Amino acid sequence: MSLMEKANDCCFSSVLSIATLSSAAFVVTLILVRVLYVIYCSSRPLSKRASKPVSTLIILGSGGHTAEMLNLLAVLQKDRFKPRFYIAAATDNMSLQKALLLENNLASESGTDVAVTAQFMKIYRSREVGQSYITSVWTTLIATVHALWLMIKIRPEVILCNGPGTCIPLCVIAFIFKVLGIRWSSIFYVESIARVRRLSLSGLLLYKLWMADQIFVQWPQLQQQYPRATYVGRLM
Amino acid sequence: MGGEERSEKTRRVVFVTVGTTCFDALVRAMDSENVKKELLAKGYTHLLIQMGRGSYVPTKSEGEGSLSVDHFTFSSSIADHLRSASLVISHAGSGSIFETLRLRKPLIVVVNEDLMDNHQSELAEELANRKHLYCASPQTLHQTIADMDLNSLLPYTPGHATPVANHINRFLGFPDD
Repeated sequence: MSLMEKANDCCFSSVLSIATLSSAAFVVTLILVRVLYVIYCSSRPLSKRASKPVSTLIILGSGGHTAEMLNLLAVLQKDRFKPRFYIAAATDNMSLQKALLLENNLASESGTDVAVTAQFMKIYRSREVGQSYITSVWTTLIATVHALWLMIKIRPEVILCNGPGTCIPLCVIAFIFKVLGIRWSSIFYVESIARVRRLSLSGLLLYKLWMADQIFVQWPQLQQQYPRATYVGRLM
Repeated sequence: MGGEERSEKTRRVVFVTVGTTCFDALVRAMDSENVKKELLAKGYTHLLIQMGRGSYVPTKSEGEGSLSVDHFTFSSSIADHLRSASLVISHAGSGSIFETLRLRKPLIVVVNEDLMDNHQSELAEELANRKHLYCASPQTLHQTIADMDLNSLLPYTPGHATPVANHINRFLGFPDD
């Protein structure tokens, strides 16, 4: 009797473990299929014609990166890309000021209130210039939690970024939101003009992980190295 | 008095900028005798150094048959200094490079070899290949100054962001303008 019970037990637990394993495998496969589907859809232009303005997150780098981003914003149609959310590193005071200047000029031209069309936020930086790659793993983690909070609040339809590392946590979260079906956002990454022969760490991550919808590069030799990137000429 | 007037007219300033970085190797190179000698030989009269976060302080000098040297750490009017310069010697940051090129000033970019991730030389070398500027290291700077021919530099035509904007618009399904 007790022997049979034992056998039953053994049989039951093995069935249970097989069931757990197969359902885990099923879930993993499901997620994988979804991830591949999201990557496939991201690489193609949106199927329906855009009719409404799109909420846009603009991730500012520092110095040269910001200058390039402002050049892009200067020619983007502001009535299509609104409202605009600007995020810059907490240690970078200049970039948000420059963006604020741009938005103030736009607002005074059109006679609207800046607060309606633009918002400005700061984020903990994942990696300072010159910081080692090993310690940046930890700082990236902290930045990710903060980024999650900001992304839940913003949920943008379009993300414009051009490095450096500040954009990585935000793009990862945006991608996860796409996979989970929380929000579909189109992620555009413009590689810095300073990158002639190799992508930056941020650019390389987004490229290798298939996380950006489009990666733009400013030098033809860079496009030859990374065929999925799009060459767009110099911004500066 | 007449001499003073003349020196105002023939004032040729070399402006050195390191941006917000710390680049003592460049400031030290500018302070070296062989670099100053070559600048003087090329007809420059004043040397103004923006030294940023660096700790090496160059020796000031009033001129009197030699190069007049002055320095400061930061300034909100870098653009004015660039405009009044006859030659700009800059770190390899893209901001400084393109600001100088847009003002059509002769430019020598000095690459900081101490940076961990030294991608900055990529841009300077590419633009040097296209003859928009000269590229040097702190060690070779005096040689670059001695050998440079500013008439052989080509003016830089600024790029434009419209192609990127068009790509983004098309991708999102916005109609072309």
